[in-house]
Amino acid sequence: MVEAGTQTPIVQVRGLVNRFGSHVVHDGLDLDIRKGEILGVVGGSGTGKSVLLRSIVGLQPPAAGSIFIFGQDLLALPPERRTHIERRFGVMFQSGALFSSLTVIENVAVPLMEQAGLARPQAEALARSKIGLAGLPAEAGSQYPSSLSGGMVKRAALARALALDPDILFLDEPTAGLDPIGAGAFDRLIMTLRDALGLTVFLVTHDLDTLYASCDRVAVLSRKKVLAADTLERVEAIDDPWIREYFHGPRGRAAYRAAESRSAK
Amino acid sequence: MRDGAQYLSLDSIDGSARLIVRGEWVLANYQAIERAIHAFLAQAGHASSAKQRRLPSALQVSGIDLSGLAAVDTAGAAQLARLIGPAHLSELLSQQDGLPAERLALLAAVAAAEPEAEPPGAPIPAWRELLGRIGMSVEHIWQLIVALLGFMGLTLEALGRNLFRPDRWRITAVVAQVEQSGLNAVPIVALLTFMVGAVIAFLGATVLADFGATIYTVTLVGFSFLREFAVLLTAILIAGRTASAYTAQLGSMKANQEIDAIRMMGLSPIDLLVVPRIIALLIAMPALTFVGMVSGIVGGMLVCAVALDISPSMFLTIFQRDIALRHFFLGMAKAPIFAYLIAIIGCLEGFKVRGSAQSVGEHTTSAVVQSIFVVILIDALAALFYMEMGW
Repeated sequence: MVEAGTQTPIVQVRGLVNRFGSHVVHDGLDLDIRKGEILGVVGGSGTGKSVLLRSIVGLQPPAAGSIFIFGQDLLALPPERRTHIERRFGVMFQSGALFSSLTVIENVAVPLMEQAGLARPQAEALARSKIGLAGLPAEAGSQYPSSLSGGMVKRAALARALALDPDILFLDEPTAGLDPIGAGAFDRLIMTLRDALGLTVFLVTHDLDTLYASCDRVAVLSRKKVLAADTLERVEAIDDPWIREYFHGPRGRAAYRAAESRSAK
Repeated sequence: MRDGAQYLSLDSIDGSARLIVRGEWVLANYQAIERAIHAFLAQAGHASSAKQRRLPSALQVSGIDLSGLAAVDTAGAAQLARLIGPAHLSELLSQQDGLPAERLALLAAVAAAEPEAEPPGAPIPAWRELLGRIGMSVEHIWQLIVALLGFMGLTLEALGRNLFRPDRWRITAVVAQVEQSGLNAVPIVALLTFMVGAVIAFLGATVLADFGATIYTVTLVGFSFLREFAVLLTAILIAGRTASAYTAQLGSMKANQEIDAIRMMGLSPIDLLVVPRIIALLIAMPALTFVGMVSGIVGGMLVCAVALDISPSMFLTIFQRDIALRHFFLGMAKAPIFAYLIAIIGCLEGFKVRGSAQSVGEHTTSAVVQSIFVVILIDALAALFYMEMGW
């Protein structure tokens, strides 16, 4: 799918430093995201995976370093140019972050009305189709987020992230809390959407099955830096205690075998 | 170029109609494509289906030409799926070849996701909707009363059960609540009743001056504060201050599943959370009422001294001579009743919260409105009762 290294990456993170008080989360972190790839970001709890995501999308101003998106330094841009670039992001937050006072359809229609300037009936018609695309039944559209199950909230959040047909999709633990069948369907959905829409996907995950099933490259966050960012095979082969424990522990091996048997079929 | 032909046209050679789709079917062109579809259908003489942006069943296309399609995203694909009908589009796509695989995948994915068109339901006449709303709100009030009575029973049972078991008394929780809802409310209660006391005295002075009976201002202030105003003002303040706090505290615990966790530990949320709050308010409310009485009378006394030349010592002498002790008890008797009602309404609304921030807000508002309503209602009934009894 991706010709490694032939294109300029659409996101370049250079020398990123993030700290909260005296607690340093990232110290000189570098990362590239290439066009059209699904990049999985893994790391132990507290290694700053979500903070990295928030830094790239501009929610967390970094203490130092630069972030180039589509070749432009987001932090140095004037606000209106910045908003223009931010419209090309779709972000799905860890807990969904759906607006609890709006129905699912209204949640998805908000960006379509506010940003794309559609009238309400058009936006809601389009929202219905996005909800279907995210794999939700049509009757879920008129429900409020509080009455949805965890898996449905994730799908509704994905529908909202896809509302403006973004170029880059940021997903924060999309399969956490989903049952294995739902998680598998979600992985396939992400791949279908990537292939169909030419999306670039930045995926923070703990789910080894997701890594094996859908990621083109894996970035390992450890010791305040990106330890490695490469294809799964090459990352697995790196001699590092954490990586060995992560990929060659019992759960890692099980996920590997599952992925093997899937591709053998 | 014909209007709309920029995006789509129909090619009907040798009897079968082929839909030719071209241009950029993307979100940025959404409005333009909508207009193009409308113009296209209107021109083909299908005004009714033009409104729904759907091909009429009479005009069935047997093929689709996507070779001129420069770009497409999910928005454009959804429009196309709606126009042709999702099932029909899937069918037509399977006959396509020469189209890039990912574009085909996108169209197929959207076509599969697009809900099939359903006929819109008949609109409900306004008078029926109005009747429905009235019915719903009456039903809602009924449910509210039933729930409140049920909760009252639950809490009375819990209070009775724990009354003679000092080992189960939660002294720390009660004291903490008394501090929050009682002690911390003293300044605001004192200030408010002081000001109302002064206002009442001014009012009395103005009206009674015409009859040369300004001396009765003392009786007016004493009477009104002992029997009504101190307890009523305190109750309204506590309803706004404490009922809302109780609802928000219990509501966010409910939203966070903490109530469920308490229940799973084999503990009773009523014993643990509600009973200490009720007891705390039963202690705090009479004390605050007393503060309210004193400071209201002091307010009246100040106005009497400044505006009416009735010195404080004279004020107190008249007060002692003219106002019987029973008025104090009649006012005080209402305090625990109000306290109990405010506490259970606040707690019950907290338990009704359903897992969202919005719900916490709605129930907090509801708790304040309900408790103020109940307080004033009970006060009116009590006034009636006292009058009939000749107290």
